[in-house]
Amino acid sequence: MIIEVKKLEKEFGTLRAVNNISFNVKEGEIFGLLGPNGAGKTTTVKMLTTLVKPTKGTATVAGYDIIKDSNNVRKSIGIVFQDPSLDDELTGRENLEFHAILYNIGKKERKKRIQEAFKLVELEDKADVLVKNYSGGMKRRLEIGRGLLHEPKVLFLDEPTVGLDPQTRRHIWDYIQKLSKEKKVTLILTTHYIEEADYLCNRVAFIDHGKIVALDTPKVLKDKLGGDVVSLQINSGIERLKSEFRKKKYVKTISNRDGFLELTVDEGEKKIPEIMATAQKLGIEVSSVNLHKPSLEDVYIYYTGKTIRDEGGEGWKGMMRSRMRQR
Amino acid sequence: MDTNAIYVLWLRDVKRFFRAKSRIIGTLLMPVFFLIGLGFGLGSIVNLSVLGISGNYLDFIVPGIIGMSLLFISIFTGSSVLWDRQFGFLKEIMVTPNSRVSIVIGRIFGGATSALLQSLVIIVIALLIGFSVHLSLMTPLFIVFALLIATTFISLGLIFGSIISDFQGFQLVTSFLTFPLFFLSNSIFPITTLPKYVQYVMYLNPLTYGVDGMRIALTGSGMFPVWIDLLALVVSTLIFGSIAVYAFKKVDVG
Repeated sequence: MIIEVKKLEKEFGTLRAVNNISFNVKEGEIFGLLGPNGAGKTTTVKMLTTLVKPTKGTATVAGYDIIKDSNNVRKSIGIVFQDPSLDDELTGRENLEFHAILYNIGKKERKKRIQEAFKLVELEDKADVLVKNYSGGMKRRLEIGRGLLHEPKVLFLDEPTVGLDPQTRRHIWDYIQKLSKEKKVTLILTTHYIEEADYLCNRVAFIDHGKIVALDTPKVLKDKLGGDVVSLQINSGIERLKSEFRKKKYVKTISNRDGFLELTVDEGEKKIPEIMATAQKLGIEVSSVNLHKPSLEDVYIYYTGKTIRDEGGEGWKGMMRSRMRQR
Repeated sequence: MDTNAIYVLWLRDVKRFFRAKSRIIGTLLMPVFFLIGLGFGLGSIVNLSVLGISGNYLDFIVPGIIGMSLLFISIFTGSSVLWDRQFGFLKEIMVTPNSRVSIVIGRIFGGATSALLQSLVIIVIALLIGFSVHLSLMTPLFIVFALLIATTFISLGLIFGSIISDFQGFQLVTSFLTFPLFFLSNSIFPITTLPKYVQYVMYLNPLTYGVDGMRIALTGSGMFPVWIDLLALVVSTLIFGSIAVYAFKKVDVG
């Protein structure tokens, strides 16, 4: 285990931002901390990166205690902060150079690694431009490159794509996957974008009000909700079809709503042909089929009883509502 | 001590200094106006020989104006902590495995270097408008005094930059601070011209000794022996420097 968190707690005055959390992170995985703004993700990261001292409990990162051995923790980690942390008045190369010197990397090695970093984040042609002339996405990429420069065992990414346009976000995701594969670095990612956690993370911890409410791989979390929902639009013969499906073993639950027959099944896409064949055998006409695979969003709603956007506050409400209707 | 961190922070300040041309010109303008306005304007009606001070008024105030510009630039440099916090660069430095002491020392060295460069430019301008340096073995001491003044007041700026987290508050406090520090020193008039109780306040002001030291280095005469000036500044540097390290350790980067 590269990170072991033991009963970590942080209080700010009367507010308990992080409430007695424990979890482990395996070497080489992409681990996600998912939750709305203010859930305690960033505070957790700040404690693990030694920027903030915990009120209670502790953790080890790369084998070092975050309280007693903070200097060794700092040597083993890299961080990409939520807000930019570059010097705008310096060029991209200077920012990386200064970072490398701060981590005691020798001149020759420094040059080589900086070249590599620029290549990895595809900023070779912007290396000698002042950072204040970079776009938001370029800055974020430079920061990711910088975070890797001293070859940390663990790289923390705090809301790596917040405030970026969808296209740039996709780009950053690609970089994150690339470096997970190529550099074998353990990645801890915080986000309030569910798609991001679903797309990137090997395992996800849901954080709500400073507590971990669920932790597993996205697939297992989704499977816990009972499987996919296949809904069939039928004009007549609903009851006949219902009793037929009750005999089928692969159908877990059946319900009908506004002319739709909803079946819960595993691996819905593979069951649809069979379902259609069953309907056809009975001579019942199906006018439309819809397959809904549970998303992490559904898992989040299941565990917290609310949508992440309600607190995250960033638009997309319409989309959410339509998704909720499907369940 | 992490020499790498000291070197990087020093290099960063020096690079930024040479890049910010408008800021260099901006910070030079005020001392130049003071030199011309006071040196020529006031200088024509001031008679220092009454007080037993030789030389003309321009020669008297050049070290004072340099002291003023060192004071202003240094305290302003301290505000860089605020900027770095605002733009997040502070976090980047704070998570590196380097001691806070080295970070403070690096910042002080960097600020002191750019402050010294500016004061050298002021001397050149002063020479152009009629200032005359009294060359002696003491002259190189000018650099020592300029650096000590800068170190003292950068530390003071760092203290306030670490404690205060908003710009308005910082500006308010520093302008309340810099002008009394400037006027209650021997920068533009000899201390002896003032009432006794004001003089005591001036004896507590590090700038008084700094300007006196630079005056000895540049014009050959001052009111204190040079070793007293040196001692006073070393003490003030140590005191303010230690408080700055302490305050910086407490800075909340979260």
